[in-house]
Amino acid sequence: MADTLFLILSVLTVATALLVVLNKNAVNAAMFLLLSLVGLASLFVLLDAPLLAFVLILVYAGAVVALFLFIIMLLDTTPGSFKAFKPMTITASALGAALLALGLWSLTQRAVLPLAPAVVPVPTMKNYAELLFTTYLLPVQVVGFMLLIAMLGVIVLSKKYAVTEDAK
Amino acid sequence: MIPLLATAPVYGLPSYLFVSALLFAIGFFGVLLRKNTLVIYMCLELMLLASTLALVAFSRFNGTLDGNVFVFFILTIAAAEVAVGLAIIVALFRHRHTVQVEELNQLKH
Repeated sequence: MADTLFLILSVLTVATALLVVLNKNAVNAAMFLLLSLVGLASLFVLLDAPLLAFVLILVYAGAVVALFLFIIMLLDTTPGSFKAFKPMTITASALGAALLALGLWSLTQRAVLPLAPAVVPVPTMKNYAELLFTTYLLPVQVVGFMLLIAMLGVIVLSKKYAVTEDAK
Repeated sequence: MIPLLATAPVYGLPSYLFVSALLFAIGFFGVLLRKNTLVIYMCLELMLLASTLALVAFSRFNGTLDGNVFVFFILTIAAAEVAVGLAIIVALFRHRHTVQVEELNQLKH
């Protein structure tokens, strides 16, 4: 059951991710990103992390993709073309692909990876909260400040500055 | 709650890592291939998500929760990062009236 689901979901995720890249229309790309996110969230559920799947859907599908769509409509970009391939790009891509294939090969052939343990700490809200408020208390607060700083940064960046009389 | 993967899965950690690597490669390919800054940004997000998939898989197959908590933080930071990045793109568009990377070459000249 889980194996079939894994196959279906991973194919969905990877195929829609490919469509994000290959689609010429930015709005369609954002929509395929949304589908890819749903596939990824389902993979998270398959990995016994349903809470993370919820957060992923909430944050990414709810906020990030909506923001992307908003900006795409705001900027009114015409459907673009792809970059022309230069010999350098092709060489770099081939080299990168070869390295990736080598890495994957060595991973599947040589690496000693742990099997799925029988007893898993099931990630419930309680377990998360226990970790977040004991071991990771300082990072939580730092992340809170980080969000505040990001908000201030966005306000400063998107504000229109009028030239005052003194500056003239 | 019953762990879904408890009964010896055929597709273990290497399979998840494979999907993660594939997603990362697709995202990277998109960054190389596309001209639109917004789509490049989307591909960057894709790469970030691929890394989170690897983290969750490692965390699951090692029987700990720390990787999951780490992904929690990554998602928070990613939300902030997207907001700032898109604000920068909008500011850029105001200045240059384009988001195509090939026309954004002021530092070159």
